[in-house]
Amino acid sequence: MSRIKDLLKERILILDGAMGTMLQRYKFTEEDFRGDRFKDWPHPLQGNNDLLSLTQPDAIAEVHKKYFEAGADIVETNTFSGTTIAMADYGMEELVYELNYESARIAKNVADEFTLKEPHKPRFVAGSMGPTNKTASLSPDVNDPGFRAVSFDELRIAYKLQAEALLDGGSDILLVETIFDTLNAKAALFAIEEVKEERNIEVPIMVSGTITDASGRTLSGQTAEAFLISISHIPILSVGFNCALGAKQLTPHLEVISAKSDHAISAHPNAGLPNAFGEYDETPEQMASQIKEYLEKGLVNIVGGCCGTTPEHIRAISELVKDYAPRELLVNG
Amino acid sequence: MKTFNEQPTTNNQQRFLRLSGLEPLVITAESNFVNVGERTNVAGSRKFLRLIKEDKYEEALEIARHQVEGGAQIIDINMDDGLIDGKQAMVRFLNLIVAEPDIARVPIMIDSSKWEIIEAGLQVVQGKCVVNSISLKEGKEEFVRQAKLIKRYGAAVIIMAFDEVGQADNLERRIEIAERSYGILVDEVGFPPEDIIFDLNIFPVATGMDEHKRNALDFIEGTQWVRNNLPYCSVSGGVSNVSFSFRGNNPVREAMHSVFLYHAIKAGMNMGIVNPALLEVYDDIPKDLLEYVEDVILNRREDATERLLEFAETVQGKTKESKVDLSWRQEPLQDRITRALVKGIDQYIIEDVEEARQHASRPLEVIEGHLMTGMNVVGDLFGSGKMFLPQVVKSARVMKKAVAYLEPFIEEEKKNNADITVGQAAGRILMATVKGDVHDIGKNIVSVVLACNNYEIVDLGVMVPPEKIINRAIEEKVDIIGLSGLITPSLDEMVFLAKEMERQNFDVPLLIGGATTSKAHTAVKIDPMYSQSVVHVHDASRAVTVVGDLLQKETSETYKKSIKLDYESFREKFLNRTKQKEYLSLQEARTNKLQIEFKEEDIYKPNQLGIEVWDNFDLSELKEFIDWTPFFRSWDLHGKYPAILEDEVVGEQANELFHDAQKLLKKVLDERLLNGKAIFGLFPANAIDEDDIEVLSKGHGKFTFRTLRQQLKKRDGVPNMALADFIAPKAIGIQDYMGCFCVTAGFGTQELATAFEKNHDDYGSIMIKALADRLAEAFAEYLHKEVRTRYWGYAAKEKLDNEALIDEKYKGIRPAPGYPACPDHLEKLTIWELLGVEEKIGVTLTESLAMWPAASVSGYYFGHHKSKYFGLGKIKPDQVEDYAKRKNMGLEEAKKWLAPNLVDVD
Repeated sequence: MSRIKDLLKERILILDGAMGTMLQRYKFTEEDFRGDRFKDWPHPLQGNNDLLSLTQPDAIAEVHKKYFEAGADIVETNTFSGTTIAMADYGMEELVYELNYESARIAKNVADEFTLKEPHKPRFVAGSMGPTNKTASLSPDVNDPGFRAVSFDELRIAYKLQAEALLDGGSDILLVETIFDTLNAKAALFAIEEVKEERNIEVPIMVSGTITDASGRTLSGQTAEAFLISISHIPILSVGFNCALGAKQLTPHLEVISAKSDHAISAHPNAGLPNAFGEYDETPEQMASQIKEYLEKGLVNIVGGCCGTTPEHIRAISELVKDYAPRELLVNG
Repeated sequence: MKTFNEQPTTNNQQRFLRLSGLEPLVITAESNFVNVGERTNVAGSRKFLRLIKEDKYEEALEIARHQVEGGAQIIDINMDDGLIDGKQAMVRFLNLIVAEPDIARVPIMIDSSKWEIIEAGLQVVQGKCVVNSISLKEGKEEFVRQAKLIKRYGAAVIIMAFDEVGQADNLERRIEIAERSYGILVDEVGFPPEDIIFDLNIFPVATGMDEHKRNALDFIEGTQWVRNNLPYCSVSGGVSNVSFSFRGNNPVREAMHSVFLYHAIKAGMNMGIVNPALLEVYDDIPKDLLEYVEDVILNRREDATERLLEFAETVQGKTKESKVDLSWRQEPLQDRITRALVKGIDQYIIEDVEEARQHASRPLEVIEGHLMTGMNVVGDLFGSGKMFLPQVVKSARVMKKAVAYLEPFIEEEKKNNADITVGQAAGRILMATVKGDVHDIGKNIVSVVLACNNYEIVDLGVMVPPEKIINRAIEEKVDIIGLSGLITPSLDEMVFLAKEMERQNFDVPLLIGGATTSKAHTAVKIDPMYSQSVVHVHDASRAVTVVGDLLQKETSETYKKSIKLDYESFREKFLNRTKQKEYLSLQEARTNKLQIEFKEEDIYKPNQLGIEVWDNFDLSELKEFIDWTPFFRSWDLHGKYPAILEDEVVGEQANELFHDAQKLLKKVLDERLLNGKAIFGLFPANAIDEDDIEVLSKGHGKFTFRTLRQQLKKRDGVPNMALADFIAPKAIGIQDYMGCFCVTAGFGTQELATAFEKNHDDYGSIMIKALADRLAEAFAEYLHKEVRTRYWGYAAKEKLDNEALIDEKYKGIRPAPGYPACPDHLEKLTIWELLGVEEKIGVTLTESLAMWPAASVSGYYFGHHKSKYFGLGKIKPDQVEDYAKRKNMGLEEAKKWLAPNLVDVD
């Protein structure tokens, strides 16, 4: 833990880019997703990217490798949907521990290889904990605003299992990310605190919210500062934003939390806003030139990419940050 | 002494209490006293308790909303009552609050003496809450357990001055418990000290018992000690307790609260529960009362209680008299005029204005000096939310009377002195209700409010054709054009006018207002047509700011630019959003129609078929059927009747308005000043060709109603409805029935309104129109009931009170053309023809198919128990084409009428 904290004082750390975008390049078919082990599984499985950690582990390792080669200090595990809640769509609740454990293990092995080769640049694994596909403070039924599809306790239990498996598999960090609904994130943080207490360990936690549109609020309606206040009760390594917006649109919100927080600040924006066909087409150079503004304003300590970003984007960003000092951190050891 | 071990000062962020709802609340050393709303507490508000018990959560939500609108920065929610399942009620209410952004923007205080309720509450709120409260009452172990969990849920906490021995009731015990609690929380639990709030127990004083004498002082001194010795924490409390012994004597209670707060805040109390209605301004407390109250609060004399009690009796007496207090008549002239304008008292205005005129060198000076000074005060108070719309309209009435009195003198002076210049208005504004529309209540209110703010109004009235608006705007050199309309075809008129203004190179801003207008329509349909400013003004109180921003030289350019940009981005977002919705083809929508299994026994043959006319109906029958909530809304007072009368913020104003309305209503009913007429008919009917209904009128042949079908793609199992689905199809061979109607309470309204206006009384003029509207709605409700229970008779046994009627709990529906289920106004023509509305009761249709008189309601009757209200939503071009064919009309014409409902294709 202290190693990451020390590094954060020295330089800006690079997070990886999109996993999904990279996996699309493999054009995996339903059969590829299933592999031999799940060939008779009753649910369609194409699109269950987390499952590829079991059925196509080499591809996952290769993506991690490419990001490390591009300059990433931290890669995220392939576990965005690795909770019993999100896996229920595929009937794979029973596999959640294994999915997270294997994903963390694959990433950790690749990270260790790189650290061994380049000891001056240690590599880290962040266990990715996504938002799930249900929200605890929004009703999915417009006619019944008081209804909730998931409870805090259901989320807490699901996240706890994921956190345990990610740590067992070798994650150095836990990353609660793409937070649409702060209450979901609070359940994840609650679960992590329970694990920390039961195991008597410290775990660096990164928290990353999502500002869903130009209104400048999360899907659950909070402003950037209200979001920051709502997750600040837990000792965290960093707070920041990812997804939904491109680097440019994210700037004002990063300014808010950068000014109002003592934590490290992270950003992993999308490669611009989706074009008319729903694709992200900001080039590495374009994205890097936007991120330059973060650096000149001294807004961030950790930067990477979300939807639509590739190793080329990460390489451009990592080349760029070399010339800049990190945002000043005043956190106590 | 144990104190918090301070962190090295390496933090950027100081240790402030930071809370959040949807928005942040940071309480710094410089923050003003934080007011916690307490009406959503079953122990504190009988009304809230009743609503929760009766399961009226919607109304209970309104209480929360008013608290926030009234300035509460945190809302306290408490469901501790023996007859309520507190945990279930807390979770349900919080879940509903979270869905209301204008309430959920503030942080929530979860208030319960039961831990399980607190924890259930913490699990459903995303923001950083305050827990109210925990204490050492059950011992240290439980205290630590709860504190740890609160920290993990991410909330601040109120600590009661209570321990294993009991409640702290003197200074030493308060200090002892606070210090011990703080030590455990900060040093053992690791609780952030800035998230700790102490409630040091506010107990009553002046109870007559010696041991209570220091109650207030102990709290104040305890607060001082806590703030000096326990770094970063806050102090809170429920203030009304302190004056408990003076229940029933509000002037004394108000003074006690103010004095107590004055001293407690100085000592460091930084938040608390205070009823703002029970608070006097410290500086306004009469000197003698202040002295007696301070003696009691600060325990300055042995006999303080006796002296206050004695004095209190005289205070109570005085306030009763003050209702007819005319002492203000002794004040200086300007003060009297200002007061008359602010309070809307027209009784003495002529005599005051005459006095002013005699002292002035010219009569005009009285308007520009005395009267404008007063109106500026009105404008400021209204702008800062301290006056409400009905009061402003009353102020305008006083102003108009004064001006009318002065006018002959001004004319006289002009005759004698040709080069006299009339005072400069802040701007000239043209106001008009567009062609084909007759609704003008909102427009008149905006006109009055603007006139109050020194704008000159050129009011062209209702049904104003576009060329007249354009010509008058040029002739009068107006600075702004304001358009109003209530029915949907008016939206097109506004678009047309914007185009005309562009074509004729206008550069004045265009204001859009009225019930069917919206920011969305303005941004998407009107704004792109006119390269100059177009602003949607959603209520009258906004009008003054908008016009000010538009016309003030310093702000106008920036404001205009920002509005243009705002609408542009709104438009983009809106168009993106509408594109994402999925629509079915008409054919697909028809396949997914509502499938009612029609059975003979479900269909009731009307007791009386054919047409019936009521002339000269006695409107006093309708009193109980009036739904008052929209009446208050038309005056910009928001809230449900009758709750609105008890509302903390607008209650007083609502009462006054209601009183005036009742008075005028009584006069109207007693003297039968309005003439009620109704016509309705019940006919054999069957659905034909998917979406049409064929109606047989004996002796007049067949009529066909064309209904429109929802096309938005629905969830599985949810049908795409059209009104025709509620009627048995002809093909199955079962005879079904339907009805239609038109009622009016509007004959006579215009005459009464004109009479008021002649007397410079806009308040009366707006009032009579608003009342006529209510009567027409009530008439429709009444007639529907009569039809259900007697003329059709399918619900002969129903017994519903007015509230149930307003909530539409009856069987069968009465949708109105032009409203959500059938937004197509054209069907009114069929109703008119079928019933002979115009010939028999004289209600006519304008070219936009608005009814005249305006206070009229028309619609259909459907009786099947499965029929229900729905909204058509957007429809696709294929349905418009089909509809045009069915109606045998041109496609362009059909498009024009259905435009507001057409999916945007661009």
